[in-house]
Amino acid sequence: MSWITGLAFVFFAPFVGGLIAGFDRKITARLQGRIGPPILQPFYDVGKLLQKDNLVVRRSQHLYTEFFFVLTIFTGALFFAGGDLLLVIFSLAMAGVFFALGGYKASSPYSFIGAQREVLQMVSYEPAVLLAAVGMYMVTGSFKVSVIAAYPKPLVMLLPGIFFAFFFILPVKFRKSPFDLSTSHHAHQEIVKGITTEISGKTLALVEIAHWYEYVFVLGMGYLFFASNIWLGLVMTFVIFELLLVVDNSTARVRWQAMMASSWIVALVAGGLNILYLMLRH
Amino acid sequence: MGMLSKSPWVIHYDGSSCNGCDIEVLAALMPRFDVERFGVVNTGNPKHADILLLTGSINEQNKPVVLNIYEQMPNPKVVLAVGICATSGGIFRECYNVLGGADKVLPVDVYVPGCAVRPEAIIDAVVKGVGILEQKRAAMLAAQKA
Ligand code: SF4
Repeated sequence: MSWITGLAFVFFAPFVGGLIAGFDRKITARLQGRIGPPILQPFYDVGKLLQKDNLVVRRSQHLYTEFFFVLTIFTGALFFAGGDLLLVIFSLAMAGVFFALGGYKASSPYSFIGAQREVLQMVSYEPAVLLAAVGMYMVTGSFKVSVIAAYPKPLVMLLPGIFFAFFFILPVKFRKSPFDLSTSHHAHQEIVKGITTEISGKTLALVEIAHWYEYVFVLGMGYLFFASNIWLGLVMTFVIFELLLVVDNSTARVRWQAMMASSWIVALVAGGLNILYLMLRH
Repeated sequence: MGMLSKSPWVIHYDGSSCNGCDIEVLAALMPRFDVERFGVVNTGNPKHADILLLTGSINEQNKPVVLNIYEQMPNPKVVLAVGICATSGGIFRECYNVLGGADKVLPVDVYVPGCAVRPEAIIDAVVKGVGILEQKRAAMLAAQKA
């Protein structure tokens, strides 16, 4: 891993992420007994959004969205370049903060609620992500992604609890049911459109592409738990994603209190016990 | 075919109606007809929508609502009047508060008759609508150049 993989992420992640998003919609449709859109549908959507007018509520709102876009790419590039996991997590948080600020800035009640929920989602997934970094450090002795990925054994063997906590917050990060609070792809289960309500046209396209980058990055983090063998890693990443879709389609949205309580409890109990085990191991 | 016709996002508003057409619109999203095959997404947000799908007639109370939705949609956009209520007022035409069809307040692009409309007709209307969407986009580009 080096700056080459980081650069590869910047250029290829949108394609991979878009395909993942298309795959997601197809599988979701099949699970619901529908044919579903073509796999390339997300690319069509973004292509269309680029051709639409951009309705501006406030200019500064775009600035925040652009920051979100750039920081999301930075997060992923840093991760794939084998950088410091802690720095990756903090720049991920920064990106999220800018996204939420964009929602607040639009001064519409709908995007305001969406932005508040986005913040709540960040608060919910942060502990599990941090614990994952801590656990990986305790096993491999380094926060560097390149060192963690080079660890000879699958990390999940030593970090089962932390992996469970990480899997639990995946729907939060992917904004999927039961934790699709801030915005959702499923119409009519949403307060208009949550945080993206006031975002339209090209800016919305930017948000979509940023989400593709996010998809690849988050799945990359899942891969890290199985990184000792590249094939095992890829297969397990695929399995994780499939499970995520099944969860998405078989659950209903919960209240934010339930989201926060459950993700914190899972992170602290499963992750905490796992860390305790690592400490006692020596 | 451009990207516009591959991803028409629809916002649906039901005016003064018996809800028959309303239900048929939702039926078009169900597994049997599954309009998402063509990239159609039923969105609740006018700022994300390309197509305004109106069912039911226009009355004094929903006139400002319909206008507001229409004005919040980014260009290019098209309006479909779906069901006989939306095209002319239908059986509600004689009511003291009903103004008539959607074209009393908005420029309607596609009229779809039927009481209630069949989901096939709705899908047909959306397909017609995306054609007009492309034309409007071309007109927009031409206007920008001029
Ligand atoms: S056209 Fe007929 S079915 Fe449709 S809303 Fe009007 S009365 Fe109901």
